[in-house]
Amino acid sequence: MLESYYPIAILIGITVGLGILVMGLGHWFGPRRPTQRKNAPYESGMMPYGPGTRQMPIRFYLVAVLFILFDVEVIFLFPWAVVYRELGLFGVIEMAIFIFILLVGFIYALKKGAFEWE
Amino acid sequence: MNETTGMILEWVIKGAVVAVICLIGFAYTTYYERRFLARIQVRIGPNRAGPWGLLQPVADGIKLIFKEELVPDKAYKFAFMLAPVLTMAPAIIVMGVVPWGTQANFFGRTIELGISNNLNVGILYILSVTSIAVYGIVLAGWASNNKYAMLGGLRSTAQMISYELALGLSFLPPIMLAGSLSLGDIVKGQQDFLWYFIPLLPTSIVFFIAVLAEVNRSPFDMPEAEQELVAGYHTEYSGMKFALFFMGEYVKMFSMSAVFSTLFLGGFAGPFVEQVPWLGPVYLLIKIIICLGLMIWIRGTLPRFRYDRLMKFGWKILLPIALINVVLTALMISIFGL
Amino acid sequence: MDANLIVFIILAVVAVGSALGMLLNKNAVYSALFLILNFATVAVLYIILGAPFIAMTQVTVYAGAIMVLFLFVIMLLGAEELAGATKIDWQKPAAVVLGVLLLAELIVVIFFRETVFAEFAELTDFGSPAQIGRVLFNEYLLPFEITAFLLLAAMIGAIVIARRVRQSPSKRES
Repeated sequence: MLESYYPIAILIGITVGLGILVMGLGHWFGPRRPTQRKNAPYESGMMPYGPGTRQMPIRFYLVAVLFILFDVEVIFLFPWAVVYRELGLFGVIEMAIFIFILLVGFIYALKKGAFEWE
Repeated sequence: MNETTGMILEWVIKGAVVAVICLIGFAYTTYYERRFLARIQVRIGPNRAGPWGLLQPVADGIKLIFKEELVPDKAYKFAFMLAPVLTMAPAIIVMGVVPWGTQANFFGRTIELGISNNLNVGILYILSVTSIAVYGIVLAGWASNNKYAMLGGLRSTAQMISYELALGLSFLPPIMLAGSLSLGDIVKGQQDFLWYFIPLLPTSIVFFIAVLAEVNRSPFDMPEAEQELVAGYHTEYSGMKFALFFMGEYVKMFSMSAVFSTLFLGGFAGPFVEQVPWLGPVYLLIKIIICLGLMIWIRGTLPRFRYDRLMKFGWKILLPIALINVVLTALMISIFGL
Repeated sequence: MDANLIVFIILAVVAVGSALGMLLNKNAVYSALFLILNFATVAVLYIILGAPFIAMTQVTVYAGAIMVLFLFVIMLLGAEELAGATKIDWQKPAAVVLGVLLLAELIVVIFFRETVFAEFAELTDFGSPAQIGRVLFNEYLLPFEITAFLLLAAMIGAIVIARRVRQSPSKRES
C-alpha cells in the first residue's frame, strides 16, 4: 500500500530540488549591486512611509472562518460520494439533512451580509 | 539489477520526466499565450528568436537568469526566499496522481504510465496540495514588508480559499459517477461510460471557473490589477525569484488543465489507446493544449472582475451552484440508475 | 518493513523539531510555518499507519484551512513580533508538573501495558475513503449529523463576533 506513496515522495523531492536549483541559478549568475534606494520598499517611486505590514480588515478573518467550516463540510462529502452507490436512497436522505443544516448557516451568513465586500 | 533498485530508478526517472514535461509545458504555454493573444488582438507576437519565435521562452529564461535580484532591506529574508518555491512546487506535485496511460512496454520492462495512478485518495491529494499552494502567496505578500504586496497577497489568498470550496464541491460529481477517488478509476469509468463533461456539463463549467480563480488567471487576476496594487504579492520580486512565481502560475495552469482533462474529458482515453498505450500521453497532451487555449481565449476576451464582485460571485453564486450540481448528480444517479 | 522504520525515524525527528521550532520562534509567522510543517509530517505518519483519508484531511483542513486563518489573524493584528510578552507567574511550575505527568503516563503505557499495541498490526484498508464512508454513514450516522450542528454553531458564532467588531468605530481600510 505504501508503494503508491514512494513515487510521490520522490516527485516532491525532485520538485523541491528544482525550486532550489532555479533560485541558485539566479543567485550564481545574477549581478548584485544593492543600493539603499534600490532596497527600499516599492511605493510607486514615492518615499515609503509608515510600516509595511499593518492591521488588515476583519473581513479576511471572516472569509477564513467560513472557509474552514465549508471545507470541513466538503471533506465529509468525499467519503459519501465514494460509497454513494452502495448507500442508495438512504445516502441521499442523510446527506440532505447534513447539507440542509449547513444551508441554514449559509443563508444566515448571506442575510447578515457576511459575503458583502462593500 | 535487483527489483528494488529497479523500482526506485523507475520512480526517479518518471518523476524527473514529469517535472521536465511541466517545465517545457510552462515555457511553451507562455509562448502559446503570447502568440494566441497576439492573434486575438490582430498582432503577430514574438517571432524573432528562432523559427516562428520558438526559442523566445529560452531567450526569456536566459535573460531572467542574468537579472539582478533585489531583496528589500526590510524583508523577512527566509520567508522571502521560501515563498517562490512554495508557490511553484505544489503546481508540479499535483501531477503526481494524474494518469498518463495504463501499462506500457518500455525497453522490455512493463511500466505504469503516470506516477501514482491508482492512489485511493487521489482527488483528496489534489485538494490538499492546492490548499498548501495558498501559503506561497500569502507568505510572499507578508515577507516583502510592502503595503501593496501585503494587500495583494491577502486578497489573492482570500480569493483562492473562496474558490477552493467550489472547486472541492465540483470534484464530487465525477467521484460519484466513478465510485472512486482514484484518477485511474475515474478515467476507466469514462472509458466504460461517457466523457463526464457530457452528463456533468454544469459541474465542468463551475470547475473550470474555479480553476481560473485558483490559478489567479484572468478574469480573476487580482495580483496583476496593476492600477490598484502594482504587481500584488510579487511586487518586490525580481530575477529568478519572479520567474518562479511566473512558473508557478503557468505550471498550475498546465497541471490543473491536466486534472480537468482527466476528470471531465476522459484523460488519456481515446481511440486505440488500449492497443497502443503510448497514445495515452499524446491524447492527454492534446486535451491539455485545448484547455490551455480556452484559458488564453478567456483572458483575451473578458475584462477583470472588481474585487468585491469577485468575492460575491464566488460565495453567492458559484458555491451554491456547485452544491446544487452535487445534489442533481445524486438524483440523476438514483433516478436513472447510471 | 525496514524502510518504513527509517522513514518513521526521519519523520519523528522532523515532527519534534518543527514543534520545537514553533514554540521557540519569536516571530509568530515563522511559528505558524513550523506548525504547518508539523501538521504535514503528522499527515505522513497517518499514511504509514494506513489511514490515507485522515492524512489528506489533516493536510487539507489543518494545514490548509486552519493555518490560513492563523496567518490571517496574525497579520490582522499586526502581531508578528512578540514584544516582551507578559509573564504569568504560575505558568512555568504548572507546565513542569503537567509535562512530568504526561511523561509518566507515556512511560506507563509504553513499557508496562504492551497489550495495548498488540492488535494494531493486521488491519489493512480500514482507512480508505470507501471504508470510512461505509462506517461513517451506517454506524456513526448520528455523530455525523451532530457534526453539522457543531459546524452551524461555529458559523453563526463567527459571524456574530465579526459583525460586532465591524460595527464599532475602529480604523479599517479595504
